Amino acid sequence: MTQRYLDQHARFLSSAVGPGWLMDARRASIARFVAAGFPTTKNEDWHFTSVAPIVEREFVFDAQGHASPAMPSYELPGDAFTVVFRNGRCTGVASGGLDRGVRVLSLADAWTVAPDLARRVGTVLSDQPAFTALNSAFMADGAIVHVAKDVSADLLIHLVFLSDDTAPRVTYPRNLIVVERGAKATVVETYAGPDKGSYFTNAVTEVILSEGATLDHCKIQREGRKAFHVGTIDVTQARDSHYRSFSFASGGALSRTNIYTTLRGEGAGATLNGLYMLDGEQHCDHQTKIEHVAPNCFSREVYKGVLDGRSHGVFNGKVYVHPEAQKTDGKQTNNSLLLSREAQVDTKPQLEIFADDVKCTHGATVGRLDENALFYMKSRGVDTETARRLLIYAFAADVLETIASEDVRSALERDALGRFVSEAVTA
Amino acid sequence: MLDIKDLKAKAGEKEILRGISLSVGTGEVHAIMGPNGSGKSTLAQVLAGNPAFEVTAGSASYDGRDLLAMPPEERAQAGVFLAFQYPVEIPGVSNAYFLRSAYNEIRKARGEDEVDPMEFVGIVESRLKLVDMDPAMLQRSVNTGFSGGEKKRNEILQMAVLEPKLAILDETDSGLDIDALRTVADGVNKLRAKERSFVVVTHYQRLLNYIVPDFVHVLAGGRIVRSGGKELALQLEEKGYDWLVDAHTPAGAVV
Repeated sequence: MTQRYLDQHARFLSSAVGPGWLMDARRASIARFVAAGFPTTKNEDWHFTSVAPIVEREFVFDAQGHASPAMPSYELPGDAFTVVFRNGRCTGVASGGLDRGVRVLSLADAWTVAPDLARRVGTVLSDQPAFTALNSAFMADGAIVHVAKDVSADLLIHLVFLSDDTAPRVTYPRNLIVVERGAKATVVETYAGPDKGSYFTNAVTEVILSEGATLDHCKIQREGRKAFHVGTIDVTQARDSHYRSFSFASGGALSRTNIYTTLRGEGAGATLNGLYMLDGEQHCDHQTKIEHVAPNCFSREVYKGVLDGRSHGVFNGKVYVHPEAQKTDGKQTNNSLLLSREAQVDTKPQLEIFADDVKCTHGATVGRLDENALFYMKSRGVDTETARRLLIYAFAADVLETIASEDVRSALERDALGRFVSEAVTA
Repeated sequence: MLDIKDLKAKAGEKEILRGISLSVGTGEVHAIMGPNGSGKSTLAQVLAGNPAFEVTAGSASYDGRDLLAMPPEERAQAGVFLAFQYPVEIPGVSNAYFLRSAYNEIRKARGEDEVDPMEFVGIVESRLKLVDMDPAMLQRSVNTGFSGGEKKRNEILQMAVLEPKLAILDETDSGLDIDALRTVADGVNKLRAKERSFVVVTHYQRLLNYIVPDFVHVLAGGRIVRSGGKELALQLEEKGYDWLVDAHTPAGAVV
C-alpha cells in the first residue's frame, strides 16, 4: 500500500521544484512515512479510528491541482482577506487589502520571494507520524501568513481549501502562520468540497507565536459527505502568547483533526475549543495535545459533540505537564449530545502530570435531549422539529460563543441551527 | 369550552386518574383541590399532552375538538396553556427568543403574520408590568437559575403574552411567599376575561382568596369526590380533606 505513495512520490519529485532544503525534506519525509506506515487501531493514538478506508483507496495526486470550473464556495459574512486553494493549489493572492505589516503568500511563491520565511516551514513539528510525514513529503502549496511585530491585524484572513469531485484526489495543503512579538491576528481555515467526491485532504498547519502574540485560529471542516480529512495543527508558543483555537467539524465521512500546542514560555495560554455535529455514518475524531513546558501557563479546553444517526465521535485530550511547569492551570471538558440510539462517542481525557504544584481538571458528559424541556417547549406551541433544533442549538451555543470573531461566530451559529433540520425526528 | 368524560390515565403501570368528568364553561374559573397524590397535577399534564402519561379511557373535548388526539403544540396553538408546577430550565435559550418563538407559532396557527424582535419588545413590555418582572429577565436563559418565585412569574408572563382561551395553573402558588403569591394572583386576575376559562390546581385554599373561583372540585384517589361553589374551599380550609376522602362521596356530587 505504501508502494503507491512511493511511486507517486517518485513522479512528484521528478517534476517538483523548490530549494535544496525542501527537496531534502521531501525525501526525508517519504522515508519517515515508509518507516512509520499507516497507523492501525493498535496504535494508541488511533485506537477509536480506523484509517483503513483511506489506506485501501487509490487517490490521485496531481501537484498542479487542475480544477474544474464549477467549484463549491464557502464565504464568511463580513470583511475578510480570502485566499482560495483549489485541489491543493493557490488560485492567487490579491495584491492589496491587507493590514500594514501583514503578509499572505502562497507557499509555492514563498520559496522564491520570501525564502527566509519559507525556511521556517517544518520547524514547529516535533514529531512526524505517518500522515504528517506524507504531507511533508508531498508539500507543494499552501498559505504562509506573517504578522509583523506589534501589528494588530483587524482584517480576518480566510484560507479556503476546496476540492472537486472530478477525480478521487489527495491534496496536501501545507500552511505556516507566524505571529511576531506583541502582534495579533485572526485566521480561519475552511476545508470544503462537494458531497459526491470521495477525495482526501491531508493538511498540516504550523503556527509560531512569539512573545505576547495572540492568534485566533478557527478551523472549519465542512468537507463533502464522502470525503476523508486528516489535518494537523501544531503550535509553538513563546512567553505570554495566547493561542485561541476553535475547531468546527460537520463534514467528511472520516475525519481526524489533531491540534497540538506547546507552551514554551511562562505566562502563555491556550484555549482549544471545538464543536462537531455529525449524522449518518460520519466518523469524526479530534485529538488535542497541550504540552505545558514552562511554568505559570494555562490551558482551557471545551469540546462539544452533537451526534445523530449512526455517527461516531471521538475526543482524545492529552495534557502533559512537564516537571518544570509548576503552577500550571489546566481545564478540559468534553460534552456530547446523542440524538439517536445508534450514535456513539468515545472520549478519552489523558492527563500526564510530572510537576507537583498544578491545578488540572477534566470532565466528560454524554446526554440526550431533555424530554421535559421538549415537552415544555411544545406545550407553548413550538413544534417538535423547532424545539429539537433549539435544544441542540442551546447545547452548542455556549461553546460557539467563545469564538472571538463575530462573523465566524454567526456563520457557525447558522450552520449549527441548520445542521439537523432535514433529519427525521428520531428522539 | 372543556368537556372531560370519565378520563383515566396512567404513568407507567400506575393508574393515577380513575375516571374524571369535568365541564368547564367559557369564562369560568374552576379550582381543583385535593391532597397530595390525588392526581391533580397528572390531570393538568394530561390536558397539556405530556407523553409521560398514557390515557387509557375517556375523552376530553375542547372547543368541540378531540383534545386528546392533538399533539401538545397543537393544543397550545388552539389556546390551551399550562402553567407548570415545576417550570423547566432550558440553558442556552433566551427567555425572549423562546417567548417570541412560541408567540409566532401561535400566530401562525391562527393565520396571522409573525412579528419581528422589535415589534415583540413592544408586546412583551406591558405584560412584564403585569407580573412585575424585570425586563432583564428576558435576556436570561429560560428559567435557568431563576428563584421559585421568578419561575412562577415567568409562567404567568408567558400566559399573558400567549393569551390562551383555556389556562391551566398547576400549583402556581406552591413555593411562593405571600408577596409573590399576591403578585402572581394579581397577574392572573388581570387576565380573567369572559372568553377565557381557568382551571386552577392547588393544594391550599390560600390561593383562592386571591383568585376567586366559580366552582371548586375536590380530587381524591384519581376521582372528583366533591364539587361545589367557592364556599367548598373554605370548608376544606377548616376541616381538611379527610372527611371527604373517607366519605367516598360519589363522583361529581354537589354539596
